[in-house]
Amino acid sequence: MGEEVVENVERGQGSSPIVDGPATPVLVGPEGWSCPVPFRPGERVVLGHGGGGRLSGELIDQLFLPAFGAAATAATPTDSAVLDLPGGDRIAFTTDTYVVRPLFFPGGNIGELAVNGTVNDLAMSGARPLALSSAFVLEEGLDLDVLARVATSMGQASIRAGVALVTGDTKVVEKGHGDGIYVNTAGIGLVPPGVDIRPSRARPGDVVVVSGAIGLHGIAVLSVREGLEFGTDIRSDTAPLNHLVEAMLAATTGVHVLRDLTRGGLGAVLCELAATAGVGVEIDEPSVPIPEAVRAACGFLGLDPLHVANEGKLVAFVSPDAADTVVGAMRLSDTGRDATVIGRVVEDHPGGVVARTGLGAWRVVDRPLGEQLPRIC
Amino acid sequence: MCLGMPGKVLEVRDDRGTRMATVDFGGVTKEVCLAYVPDVGVGDFTIVHAGFAITRLDEESALETLAMFSELGLLQDDVGEGGSAA
Amino acid sequence: MRYLDEFRDPDLARRLFAEIESMTTRPWAVMEVCGGQTHSIIRNGIDQLLAGSVELIHGPGCPVCVTPLEMIERALEIASRPEVTFCSFGDMLRVPGLDRDLFDVKARGGDVRVVYSPLDAVGIAEAHPDRQVVFFGVGFETTAPANAMAVFQARQRGLPNFSMLVSHVLVPPAIDAIMSSRACRVNGFLAAGHVCSVMGTQDYEPLVAEHRVPIVVTGFEPLDVLDGIRRCLAQLEEGRAEVENAYQRAVRAGGNSEARAMLESVFEVCDRQWRGIGLIPASGWRLNPDFRDFDAEERFAVSGLTVSEPTACRAGEVLQGLIKPDECEWFGTRCTPRTPMGAPMVSSEGACSAYHQYRPVTIAAGARKG
Repeated sequence: MGEEVVENVERGQGSSPIVDGPATPVLVGPEGWSCPVPFRPGERVVLGHGGGGRLSGELIDQLFLPAFGAAATAATPTDSAVLDLPGGDRIAFTTDTYVVRPLFFPGGNIGELAVNGTVNDLAMSGARPLALSSAFVLEEGLDLDVLARVATSMGQASIRAGVALVTGDTKVVEKGHGDGIYVNTAGIGLVPPGVDIRPSRARPGDVVVVSGAIGLHGIAVLSVREGLEFGTDIRSDTAPLNHLVEAMLAATTGVHVLRDLTRGGLGAVLCELAATAGVGVEIDEPSVPIPEAVRAACGFLGLDPLHVANEGKLVAFVSPDAADTVVGAMRLSDTGRDATVIGRVVEDHPGGVVARTGLGAWRVVDRPLGEQLPRIC
Repeated sequence: MCLGMPGKVLEVRDDRGTRMATVDFGGVTKEVCLAYVPDVGVGDFTIVHAGFAITRLDEESALETLAMFSELGLLQDDVGEGGSAA
Repeated sequence: MRYLDEFRDPDLARRLFAEIESMTTRPWAVMEVCGGQTHSIIRNGIDQLLAGSVELIHGPGCPVCVTPLEMIERALEIASRPEVTFCSFGDMLRVPGLDRDLFDVKARGGDVRVVYSPLDAVGIAEAHPDRQVVFFGVGFETTAPANAMAVFQARQRGLPNFSMLVSHVLVPPAIDAIMSSRACRVNGFLAAGHVCSVMGTQDYEPLVAEHRVPIVVTGFEPLDVLDGIRRCLAQLEEGRAEVENAYQRAVRAGGNSEARAMLESVFEVCDRQWRGIGLIPASGWRLNPDFRDFDAEERFAVSGLTVSEPTACRAGEVLQGLIKPDECEWFGTRCTPRTPMGAPMVSSEGACSAYHQYRPVTIAAGARKG
């Protein structure tokens, strides 16, 4: 999912943590460019291409889709694809590969992320997850005990989510050619009749709800990152959100959009949704639930809590008359206990997200350009 | 250039002649060098920049400053939302 | 959080805003020379809320933005060497050199690492005696004591594989240069609070005497920034020009004597190029002869590496407060955070980057009567 780039920074040689920036920032001369960083043929893959941000989007739009040709559907970017089956049912289908470092962090490991992440992608389309596949690429020399711990975590996470691990694959690559473990999980789910959750359903007036406190996963992972280590009780909030989504959809038909927060944080997700849906979003910054320890870590590192990675949290755009019902239903659920309204969808500044600060001024919330780096300024 | 964060000293120790401390920033602790603040000890607050404590935080001053702010604009309480853009 | 939340209180902020509005008789121009204060102003929307009362000009307070291009090129050159482990604060990694940045060096196999403290780099040197560990020692006076201690410890612990690429800059000469510039519009200054925690306030007396401008030592939280502005305006309205300390809880007039003693023994004053501004005499620090053996520029023989600044980027005019970022013709078109032409668009403290985020809000806020 999201945090692989954070870990890769400290692994040493040959890795670039660029996520949302050109591979080579250039001091531009007077000749013009027709679009921001046009794809340059002959360029190499950089770490940023895997970041899920602008570079990834470009790789999809400018390399994969043209190459796939007629075989690729021109779908709106969402977490999972919803397909119509001949009988009238709809299934959601998604895949994700997990390359996180370190493998183990406070509150979880790569195994849990791999299950929860894919379950959540399905749930964000309103689907009930049915089954996952799990494919492993293992590095020769990996400690079998480590693999067992990861696999056990995957089993437990699947049981918690109520999803079956039905098929899989294992490959081994020579020592030095992997990173211990890479896991891919693909998932299918059933979208109940009448459920229609997608960004384009966003409407001005919709209420923006977040399912709980933000920043936990990102700070937990940073706390064990080489060069930054700090002491904290914060643990990753990785969790399956499908039960929460079911509770929300059972309570009302007013849920329009769902998205789980991953790397790039709340800020990135709101920006993506605003851009995809062509609406504006306004949030009330004091309303966003940020634990004190997350604030403290962001404070001394110089990070913006709105850009810190998350795992077991979602954001929802809900029709205004359904807001109270939804929040009430969320708070009864394990993973939505601290659900809160943080803003609304507006007609103004379509594609843009603004936040009202504690002082009553407005500031723009942008997508983080790249890796969140500790700063001295 | 001055990202300095206030924190509270929890414990102090010596690392090969350099005075080091565990500082709590509010749920997050970090190792900090106290070499430049010999007057800072356990229980004191200090400003930390790039892993170094650079000054002791004077509580009395802080309270005086806040009190001064509270006394401002006592005649202007009916200004209402002053600078608020909400 | 103690000593932070209290200084973000919205009600007290309203009082300060009201006070400022009621006391000003004309739109004075106040400059802050501190990236941290720039960040606080933009982040909290302080200049938005003061529009009409005060003009806030963002000065060259971001050490990332003012690190000269040739120093970046020297860093890139050193970091590219296979025997080098190059350590840096996070801020520096995306600053563009001529055609690449430290991220690119890393992508092509360089061992580039982000550290939180220069002591972390010393630790790496200790753990890896076979590597040349170089720390990129940038910053204003606030960061210099940390960098000085790193070099001092490297000597103490006998770490010949450690060295530092030093590019320190000093605030008072920058203020002097700005005030001496003919196009200068600045009426008063906010001095960087944590710089003064280290150095004290005495260096600003000669500036006040010569240029007759108020200089108010200011903190970083919203109430601190507003109070600094308020005191500066009070001086201007009353025709005074003094050094004033609005950050008493963290600044004493004499500064930090232990830190200054260390700085004295490790660094010496030198001329410095400021990116986009040019040479300001006696505006920087370098390692003095006693510690020259830890100087990375000498060890890696890169002192001769000089480059000239490309002329298109107008960062210099922005940094001196002569133009606002959105008055530059490349702003938001050719020069964006995604495709930066100069450092102020890259650094999160840079005025151009802050404006790029902030600009759409003016339109929205204006429409709604922000």
